[in-house]
Amino acid sequence: MSVLVFIDQADGHIKKSSFEAASYGAALAQQSGVSAEGIVLGAVTDDLTALGKYGLKKIHTVAGAALDHLDAQVYTAVLAQAVTATGATVVVFSNNLSGKAIAPRLSARIKAGLVSGAVALPDTSNGFVVKKNVFSGKAFANVAINTAVKIIALSPNSYHVVSGDGVAEVAALSVTVDTPKVTVSSVNKIVGEVPLSEAELVVSGGRGLKGPENWALVTDFAKLIGAATACSRPVADVGWRPHHEHVGQTGLAIAPNLYFAIGISGAIQHLAGVNRSKVIVVINKDPEAPFFKAADYGIVGDAFEVMPKIIDAVKKLKGA
Amino acid sequence: MKILVCISKTPDTTAKIAFTDNNTKFAADGVQWIINPYDEWYALVRAIELKEADPSTILHLVTVGGADTEPIIRKALALGGDEAIRVNADSHDSFYIAAQIAAVAQAGGYDLIFTGKETIDYNGSSIGGMVAELLGLPYVSMATKFDIANGTATIVREIEGGEETDQVSVPVVVSCQKGMAEQRIPNMKGIMGARSKPLKVQEPVAAEVLTSIISFDLPPAKAGVKLVSPDTPEELVRLLHEEAKVI
Repeated sequence: MSVLVFIDQADGHIKKSSFEAASYGAALAQQSGVSAEGIVLGAVTDDLTALGKYGLKKIHTVAGAALDHLDAQVYTAVLAQAVTATGATVVVFSNNLSGKAIAPRLSARIKAGLVSGAVALPDTSNGFVVKKNVFSGKAFANVAINTAVKIIALSPNSYHVVSGDGVAEVAALSVTVDTPKVTVSSVNKIVGEVPLSEAELVVSGGRGLKGPENWALVTDFAKLIGAATACSRPVADVGWRPHHEHVGQTGLAIAPNLYFAIGISGAIQHLAGVNRSKVIVVINKDPEAPFFKAADYGIVGDAFEVMPKIIDAVKKLKGA
Repeated sequence: MKILVCISKTPDTTAKIAFTDNNTKFAADGVQWIINPYDEWYALVRAIELKEADPSTILHLVTVGGADTEPIIRKALALGGDEAIRVNADSHDSFYIAAQIAAVAQAGGYDLIFTGKETIDYNGSSIGGMVAELLGLPYVSMATKFDIANGTATIVREIEGGEETDQVSVPVVVSCQKGMAEQRIPNMKGIMGARSKPLKVQEPVAAEVLTSIISFDLPPAKAGVKLVSPDTPEELVRLLHEEAKVI
């Protein structure tokens, strides 16, 4: 019996979303009185024993060139064998792009009920019920998993990383690795930027900024506070900013600690992607902008006058 | 080439989200229903473009739902596609729905199966992967570009921290998102033509239900915005630093 956490890695490094998944898996294992273990596929340069800090007792590794790129079919077959080998009763993923590719396949393969986008530990007082995001962040559903083995894909930035002392034991797992049917011809990584889905602070701009030439107000401020940058849908649609920055109902849904919106009115579709942010700040010159109703802090004012003063104030704060 | 596009009915993006029956059911009264945007704008429109490029392509649509999904599937047929299949079942369990689509896909022998990257109501992102697994096919998720030549698809997909370009032989299951195609508006000819396109209704195959929704919750209401004067923006910085402790 164990809780098995899928540890996602990119270029040999473990991702922050995996530390959240590990912390979640460890808490769940403690709740059920079983051990928490992790599994890492592909070559990793990070020290895996350090995953013990997040409560994982043992890390299973599977290496092989076939695992260098995430192929959902190959990864699923390996994980299905790992579930059997470790006697896992719950498998935890981060519901990031990797989790979304693999968790559903694993669910169908081993007939284990999946809740994707989970935001809390399961309630086991009556069955096994997991709270998840639905309606693009506008509501939650409490979903019962009715199968013996259960799969949970944890929404990024929904569970705090718990870091302690432990050291995990690392051991290679003997499994069969299939040959991928998908060939990867090129990989293009966005380097040097915090991935939006993992960012704790996000600064976002909308049509109120009038044009891409004014985006320094967003990017300078973001750089200053160490935030990722985002934008509203119209801004991505007209090509002022790249599509991967679009947050909202049909873009990326995010839940950072701070969402700082400049010149965004806050249409319901935009709110759907950001309303799980812990603190929302809105700068807009229109006092009737619907975003103010969803905000924690706001300034009714012209971003072109307000933002330079904010940037100066933060510089002073950082200098102090 | 045969393409199957999976279509889901979702509430309009501006619909008010509320629940009835002691928070166990979505309050559907007065809600406008649409084709799930990812299914429509990206999966369906890209499939239509492929058919336009090669008119011998056969394009079928599939949905799993009750008779109330028929206006949505007719709207999808107005955009394009030769015929639609509705599996007459109502379920919120991804595995059950995927099993129905897999049965349709198996019977039809499709080269390409397209889904949207997720639905905007239950946000499962699960159907594509489950269908692929049930059929033993490769699955390329989160595709932003798709081309095909001589039975080999070249697909650009979003991965953690970037994107990759894949080559894969058909048959393959692909989940589609922004970048695949541009939204289209159905024209009068399409709307008229859709009325006479076949919409086949078939009964579901036996499949397990792995999960069930017990209840819904709405997020707690915000306490209200704290407004700072535009003359003293430094006060906002102080609040974010000292009170909210986020910078």
